[in-house]
Order: sequence, then structure tokens, then C-alpha cells
Amino acid sequence: MNLTLKIWRQKNNSDKGGFKDYKLGGVSEDMSFLEMLDVLNEELSGKGEDPVHFDHDCREGICGMCSLYINGKPHGPQQTTTCQLHMRSFHDGETITIEPWRAKAFPVLKDLVTDRSAFDRIIQAGGYVSVNTGGVPDANEIPIPKTIADMAMDAAQCIGCGACVAACKNASAMLFTSAKVSQLALLPQGQVERKTRAEKMVAQMDAEGFGACTNTGACEAECPKGISITNIARMNREYFSAVVSSQNV
Amino acid sequence: MSWVSKTLSSTLGRKLLMALTGLFLILFLVIHLIGNLQLLFPDNGESFNLYADSMAHNPLIRLVSIGNFAFILLHVVYSILLSRYNKNSRPIDYAVSKASTNSTWSSRNMGILGTVILIFLLVHLKGFYYEIKFGEMPVVDYAGVTYKNVFAIVAAAYSNLLYVVFYVVAMGFLGFHLSHGFASAFQTLGLNHVKYSPLIQKVGFGFAIAVPALFALIPIVMYIWSL
Repeated sequence: MNLTLKIWRQKNNSDKGGFKDYKLGGVSEDMSFLEMLDVLNEELSGKGEDPVHFDHDCREGICGMCSLYINGKPHGPQQTTTCQLHMRSFHDGETITIEPWRAKAFPVLKDLVTDRSAFDRIIQAGGYVSVNTGGVPDANEIPIPKTIADMAMDAAQCIGCGACVAACKNASAMLFTSAKVSQLALLPQGQVERKTRAEKMVAQMDAEGFGACTNTGACEAECPKGISITNIARMNREYFSAVVSSQNV
Repeated sequence: MSWVSKTLSSTLGRKLLMALTGLFLILFLVIHLIGNLQLLFPDNGESFNLYADSMAHNPLIRLVSIGNFAFILLHVVYSILLSRYNKNSRPIDYAVSKASTNSTWSSRNMGILGTVILIFLLVHLKGFYYEIKFGEMPVVDYAGVTYKNVFAIVAAAYSNLLYVVFYVVAMGFLGFHLSHGFASAFQTLGLNHVKYSPLIQKVGFGFAIAVPALFALIPIVMYIWSL
């Protein structure tokens, strides 16, 4: 395959940045999207040019490190992570536009790499449970109904990649935050900090500058892990019931 | 900041206000429609004029109407606040975006739809509400009692084709606004349930078609009468 790549290049956070076009030949349709970028970077390095910076880690679709807004969609045309996207989803001669996630809360560090530590700070605000130290507890010590465990597991599938923020017209982090709030609110282990968690995580989400939710459903449609917006409704319930009943004046 | 103002200034709190005021306005639409459909009774406006008079003299209705104006204002003010905040959350836009593949047009353009509805509302209030309350009104006698002939000014307005077209088009915008707003309000309130959400979606869709269509029917029928 021969491709034209229109890639966002930006030296650093204070640089204005802009698109640069690259011609890339000999791309196999069996390559993953990131392998295709590896090939491009090999060429650029060989020519002494600065390679295109992009985030990646496990390349197995489970770590949430890869990103990229490809041809107008987060993680490209398939509902998967960019590392699991293959070049057979594109055709010979296609022009592919590659942009970083766009959100005030995700500033561009270099090229396609954004700083997603805002998500870490939302987790630090309340996305944890208190547990006793000591020996490993017995399995099934705390009874959890299968349906509840499944719902918690569905929410826990969120890998925190930020595609929801990237897809949302408001750059809202409601899907991410609600998945984390839901996962812990559903389980018995999460009850201790339940109210404080909802209040603090929402406050942190707002402090980071993520937008509000318009319920367009774009996040759910683009999420590589299929996180449902029912979690957003749950977070709203958790938050509203927490603010009216918690001891935090 | 108190916990109340802190909550209401959070993104979730602002959305809560949008949802609650929106649901109130949805309820208002139903009441308004039931009243207005009396314009179509073939009694030369008698039942409508008597109804308009009873509404104008009912203290509860007057109280609710003040609330109604306040909620419209809140809905508008908070939509502006939220839109500005949301725009600010993405200072640099994408060069290429395929939003149409993941969301409906109305859900992404509630602000535009709402603005058109607001313009319609201002024209509507000037044309009828203001005229009836403060304008020089024709009168009519029923059983020896004199009433304001509201029907006459409505009939006069709807004999103007341009006015009728404006009303019908505005109702189209209202339909699209409701097609997202109705179910969205429930989602914001956290009312999302596997048993009820499909019903809410269906009722919302039906509401978004039926209510604006019935509202639009009134000027159309009255225009035909005027011919």
C-alpha cells in the first residue's frame, strides 16, 4: 500500500504546531497502525529527521497508552485501540490524517503525545478503596451477586485511554470518571468511601477543565472497551445523592 | 462557597438545572397545547376565549407563569454558561472530525436549535402574550359578559401566510430539540434503567413528533379557515 500521511507535528507544548505530509510506500495491510508509524519513523531517522512521537506501550489493547485521532475518529475507523487497528482498514492511495487528542485537560507535549495525567489526578482524588493490611484474604470471602460483579467488571474494563474525551464535542471526561465511580460504588469494598469518592472525583474532573456532558453518546460509540453511558447516569445518581447526604458541608 | 452553590456550579449541577428546567418546560408544552387546541373548536372561538379568560384570572396559573418565565431564563442562561465552558474545554478543534458516525445531529447542536426556539419565543410573546396583556384588544360578549377576544387576534395573525410558515418551521426546530432533550434530561437525572430507559426513549421520540406537529396544526388549520 502507498499512503499519504497528514500528521500533526509540534515541537513542544508552547510550539504552535501544524500538519506535515509524508508519503509512505510498501505498507503491508497486515501491519498494525503503530507498526506502520514505526516504518515511517525508521525512514525519518535514516534521513536524520526527527521521528514522529506517539504514545504506545503494551500493543495488546489492554494498557490504554496508545491514542491518536485518525481520520476524524479516536483510535481510527474500528472500535478498538490504535495498536489493534490494522492497515487493512485503509485502502491503497488513501490520505490518513493523524491528530493528537484535543482537550484543554490533555495538553500536547510533542507531536501526537498528550499529557493525560489529569486522569491520574481524578483517580487519586477518590478512585481507590481502603483495605486492611495483612494476609491475602480468602477468595469469595465477601459475597457479591454475579449480576453486580458483572456490572462492576464491565465498568472496570475502562483502560483510561481518553478516547471518550477525544470523541466528546465538549472534551468531557464523564465516561471515564463514571466508569471508575461505578466500578467501586457497585462493590461492597467500595462502600466506605462511596459518597466522598463521588464528590471528590467529580470536583477533580471539573478542576482539570474537562467539559460537561451533553449526552450525545459519542463516548460510548467510540470507546474501545464498550463502556456504557449507563455509568454516567449512575455517577450522576451517586453524586447528587452524595452531596445531599454526606457530611461534607 | 456553600455546598449548594458548589454543587450547582459543578458541571453535574449545571446539567441538573438544565434537565429540571427542561422537564418543566416539557410539562408546560403539554398544558399549553391542550389549551391551544381549543382554537380548533368550531364555535367561533367561544370556548377558547372563555378558557383564556379563566387562565388570566386564576392566581395559581399566574404564579406558575412567573415560574415558567424564570425557568425559561434559567434554561437559557445555563445553556450559555455551559456552551462557553464546553467550548473552552477544547480550545483547538480537530482538522478532520466524523462526529456524525457516533452521535445525532440534534444532540450536537442543541444550542443552535435552542437559539432558533428562543427567537421564535420572543416573536411569539410579542405577538400574543404582550398584545393580550397590554395591547388594545377587541372584545366579545357571551351571555351578557364582556371578554377579551383573544381568538380574533390569533385568527388575524394566522391569516398571514408568512407568519404561519414561521410557526411551522419553528415547530420543526422544537421537534429536533425535544428529540434529544427529552430522554437526555432523564439521563442527566441519573434515571437510566434497563427496564425504563427504552420506554423513555420511545415516549421522548413520540413526544418530539406529536407535540410540535399538533402545535403546527393550529396555524395551518386556521390559515385554511381564513381563505
